[in-house]
Amino acid sequence: MTAPLVDIDSVSHRFGQQTVLKSVSLKIEPGSYTILLGPSGSGKTTLLSILGGFVTPSEGKVFIRGVDCTSLPPAKRPTTTVFQDYALFPHMSVGSNVGFGLRMQGVDGSTRAARARKALALVGLASSFDKKPHQLSGGQRQRVALARALVIEPAVLLLDEPLGALDLKLRRQMQDELKAIQKRVGTAFIHVTHDQEEAMALADHCVVMNDGRIEDEGPPERVYARPATRFSATFMGESTILAGTVTEASDRTSTVATPVGQVSLPSALPVGSAVGLAIRPEHLVLGAAGGGVRLGSAEVSDVVFQGSFKRVLAVSVEDPSLQFIARLPAWAAVQPGDTVAVSCDTDQIILLMD
Amino acid sequence: MRRIVRIVSWLYALAVYGFIFLPVVVLVLFSLQSTSFPIPPFTGPSLRWYDVVLSDTRLTSALVNSLLVASISSLAAVTLGFLSAWGFARFVLPGSGLLRGLITLPLTVSYLIIGMGLLVLFNWAGVPKSLLAAGIGHVVINLPLCFAIIYSQMGDHQINIERAARDLGAPEWKVLLLITVPVMAPAIFAGFFLSMTFSWDEFVISFLLTRFDTTLPVEIWNLLRSGLNPKTNAVGSLVFAVSIVLVVLFELTLLRRRKA
Repeated sequence: MTAPLVDIDSVSHRFGQQTVLKSVSLKIEPGSYTILLGPSGSGKTTLLSILGGFVTPSEGKVFIRGVDCTSLPPAKRPTTTVFQDYALFPHMSVGSNVGFGLRMQGVDGSTRAARARKALALVGLASSFDKKPHQLSGGQRQRVALARALVIEPAVLLLDEPLGALDLKLRRQMQDELKAIQKRVGTAFIHVTHDQEEAMALADHCVVMNDGRIEDEGPPERVYARPATRFSATFMGESTILAGTVTEASDRTSTVATPVGQVSLPSALPVGSAVGLAIRPEHLVLGAAGGGVRLGSAEVSDVVFQGSFKRVLAVSVEDPSLQFIARLPAWAAVQPGDTVAVSCDTDQIILLMD
Repeated sequence: MRRIVRIVSWLYALAVYGFIFLPVVVLVLFSLQSTSFPIPPFTGPSLRWYDVVLSDTRLTSALVNSLLVASISSLAAVTLGFLSAWGFARFVLPGSGLLRGLITLPLTVSYLIIGMGLLVLFNWAGVPKSLLAAGIGHVVINLPLCFAIIYSQMGDHQINIERAARDLGAPEWKVLLLITVPVMAPAIFAGFFLSMTFSWDEFVISFLLTRFDTTLPVEIWNLLRSGLNPKTNAVGSLVFAVSIVLVVLFELTLLRRRKA
């Protein structure tokens, strides 16, 4: 294993009295697409600003390619940022915008133009070289910002909610394109977002942040299927969470008492400890032909048809404070008011220790 | 009834505009007089008095002086105003609000007080009465104006643009020169033209701070002491024409800014 491209070593940051990052450590591999995912105020944007050099952390160090960059200004570090509002230079043509970084490096005019054209071709805007930014649409400006940041061949490209200002359809389209561009140029991308669908679609490595800490990190499939914490189970997709207490334990199995009955799990847990059991909506079974674990019965309170599936909310009969969130096939015949048996398979239960 | 209201409101508008513009109209009209007195009946039109004004070397050199003082002092005022606006907008300074108040304070102080203050100060410092002294006076009165105009247009959305430039490797002076100044150009030009306008027909400070070489308004005042004649009307009309051009330039730059 080679040295990580970016090594964030116990970085903390305070704005006045408020601590926004609490001893965050993170390693980023060359050529990877990393997503920092979290709600607003989780510290993800501050972490990105620290990587870009716009904020110097209160504590900790940042190494890029093994060089200590902690207090290096943005101009001197091998990163470039795509800003949320794109921050294109309004008085310059698209070509001059893209060529700006090369101009600062002292690259001569004709080489600059050639490389700017190449970068614009990469993002599919070769014909817009002589246009002004205000003549472009939002999605096109986004691409110009991307080309401008990529043309100087940074070691790391930082993207601050790059798709936040686009409408949903364009966002999904740009998402695919971002991924394709990243694969083509091979630069490491670090991308901040609060949209978990965006995170799952783009990330090689997904970092879930909350309240200044990293809650969970890993491939998005793993983070979704086996979230490490309660927060990441609820933020990365939806779950029904049952609170329970371990009542019996043997070498291989434990029994957990929950408001909807006993659940036995194939893992050894200390007796008396409080645990959370999370179940993804697509793993909940409503109706008689159920899975291995019975979770009592529930009254359906709401059915939302979403095209390819139905999202069903049901209130537990045994514990009216518990609400099941299930995803059923579009053809499923459920009505609000129905009382149904709830169950799931043992191996689909996500155990949360906290 | 409605008709009467309409007619009255038209008459009222006419009276207001007449009150404002009649003096100027009279001034310009009698500058075209062909006889020696700017009083009715009107005997023109004739450019005779413009000819006299333009062949009067005292007046033409005063006109050149005025243009020099106006352009150089406005350039200085707009440069200093821009730099202070940028400083206040981009950096957190202790007592920022108070300092911003102080920098705009001269706008509220009368020109007479500023002129007298400078006179005393220059006297004490050994700076002779001159066009330079008057120019410095004009910087004092116009800097707050330039600052206020430019500062009001320096929004937060430009912060990211400057950041992007730094991020792409631009040193601070290049950020200012290649990004901030061009982006702020409309406000900078507006400040410059408004300063020009104010400096161009400023009298009190120039009167107090110049001696042998002087500006056009002071020279006109000298002319007026020997009584009214169409020559004063002609030179006044010229001053007015230049002011109009400057104000139109100011409006155009500000308007272009709004449309963008």
